[in-house]
Amino acid sequence: MSDILAFLSNILTPDFGYSVLRVTTPILFAALAAVICEKAGVMNIALEGIMLTAALFGVIGSAITDSLIVGLLFAIAGGVLISAILAYFALYLKTDIILSGIALNMLTVGGTIFLLSAVSGDKGTSTSLQSLVFPKVDIPLIESIPVLGPILSGHNILTYVAFIMVLLVFILLYKTRLGLRIRAVGENSDAAASVGISVKKIQVIALLLGGAIASLGGAYMSMGYLSHFSKNMVAGRGFIALAAEAMGQATPLGTMFASLLFGFAEAFSYTMQSLSIPAEFVRMIPYLATVVGLVIYAQTQMMKKKKLKK
Amino acid sequence: MNNTVKPKKLKTDTKFEIIRFAAAIGISISLAFIIILFVSDDPMLAIQKLFLGPIESTRRFGNVIELAIPLTFAGLAISVMFKANQFNMGAEGAFFIGAVMAAIVAIKIPLPPFIHPIFAILLAGLMGGIVCAIPAVLKVKWGASELVSSLMLNYVFFNLGIYIINNKLRDVNAGAMASVEFEPSAMLTKLVPKTRIHMGIFIVIVTAIIVYLFLNRTKRGYDLRMTGLNMNFAKYSGIKTTAVILYSQFIGGFIAGIGGATEMLGMYSRFKWQALPGYGFDGIIVAILAKNNPVLVPVAAFFLAYLRIGADRMGSATDLTYEMVSIIQGVIIMLIAAQSFLAKYKQRMVVKEAKIDE
Repeated sequence: MSDILAFLSNILTPDFGYSVLRVTTPILFAALAAVICEKAGVMNIALEGIMLTAALFGVIGSAITDSLIVGLLFAIAGGVLISAILAYFALYLKTDIILSGIALNMLTVGGTIFLLSAVSGDKGTSTSLQSLVFPKVDIPLIESIPVLGPILSGHNILTYVAFIMVLLVFILLYKTRLGLRIRAVGENSDAAASVGISVKKIQVIALLLGGAIASLGGAYMSMGYLSHFSKNMVAGRGFIALAAEAMGQATPLGTMFASLLFGFAEAFSYTMQSLSIPAEFVRMIPYLATVVGLVIYAQTQMMKKKKLKK
Repeated sequence: MNNTVKPKKLKTDTKFEIIRFAAAIGISISLAFIIILFVSDDPMLAIQKLFLGPIESTRRFGNVIELAIPLTFAGLAISVMFKANQFNMGAEGAFFIGAVMAAIVAIKIPLPPFIHPIFAILLAGLMGGIVCAIPAVLKVKWGASELVSSLMLNYVFFNLGIYIINNKLRDVNAGAMASVEFEPSAMLTKLVPKTRIHMGIFIVIVTAIIVYLFLNRTKRGYDLRMTGLNMNFAKYSGIKTTAVILYSQFIGGFIAGIGGATEMLGMYSRFKWQALPGYGFDGIIVAILAKNNPVLVPVAAFFLAYLRIGADRMGSATDLTYEMVSIIQGVIIMLIAAQSFLAKYKQRMVVKEAKIDE
């Protein structure tokens, strides 16, 4: 009983709210990338590999040049490179996009270890490299509000970028010419082609743009969430992001809430470690929550379809 | 006239497939060469180890066969599911749970030799089948994508398995996390001296033959292939596609479960895995190389195992790491799965043949 009380008092704290935002950040970046790709009618399973590559490239870039900006550019370049390979194979060589994505994920798991050991001589982590970390930012005024302040202020700068990105992706998709084209291609590629839109070109742009956004999530993993790269550090977040995008019905705002939900589950699992529940079960929570979320979403979709038929 | 044209067309297709394969593998290997030349201090040694390492001794070649066994199981599991056009990644979790189940039976349930491993393997198959059937049920009942749910469930089953090993079977005297030793009656006999090649090689060959017969000689196998080719067509021609979705994934998981158990009882004397072994994903590589054909799966598995052991030899003899192999693998899969790869060449080949026919 006292366990549970202690647990509740752990959850009902600003610290918990803070950690929800902290763990949501990488999922949110990747989920927004998934939104753009989905809207253009391409499924990007490679988000996992894109983030992993970006995480390593960011560390290497910042360690070599001692510059955070260059590190970030490296990270984005790495992620976009993987997206470009995906786009080339899926759209030009007509490889099944799911298979290409899976292949790229496998390639990057080993490839990052290979590159890491070539650069640092270590196969596990990049701690021997002097890499940089994105700074934390206190927001004036908000930081002094009780309860809300400690939750919202003092985050890594990329966390704020992630939430601003929700707005940017919304503007891109619904207020720009490019967004209109992306949605047209995803909605009905034949119709889009008939009015002179190059379907392939738009899909390439969506994949590359998505790659760049997911790369920010990767950079956050190794230069914010942790201060180094470690092998396999993305640990399924790219896949969770796909589930978040599906649950958020591919809208930026809905996807943000779904990402927060999965972030909540993850933060919850960290807090649960104070309870006497075996750690293994606690570690299942984010993944189980994702499956449950996916099922609930899919079921509501099915009900909608049935209603339409009637 | 038709009779003469048809076999010729088929022959061109096969010829083209072989050329495409050779080109894909050639490109990937060349890529490996280039990387080695750039990164290694001793490129010749690295290349020699990569390609000849697996045949430098009986033991090394034994390693290739040992590794080909789980890869074949995984390849068969994925092939059955891919044949039905189900992108279920749960083979990874099924393989792991199969191994855990085998460990439980090998430790907790005393049985006479011969019956012991058979019981362990069949029970592991059943558990593996259930693991892969869950995403199938979620899809059939609620329409959830089997791809994402199976990826998530792999993490869940991994933690479940580790929990069982850690809390129920753990050997507290062992330094690292490991289960207590298996009963000797449960373990699969080793066959070839100086290697660890075990009875599992017969189990895997029998499994491959059964899968082939099932897919090509039974009604359910036919239903499965038709559903994979064209779900709507299969539905309209009276095939119960819902059932196919369910049993194709159950069978896939069953094979993966058997594979996990065979690997555990053939290669280990206690459960030591602390991470997912990755065989489920390797199965995808094997299945794609073998074009989902169960007869070709063992060949593809052997090829992949050879490459892996070569990379392993290269890793321990030179400054390059084993993980380079994942780059070669990734490129091979994508090129082989690419429909348009060398399509222009095929076009030319077909045109040429047509001209000869005239």
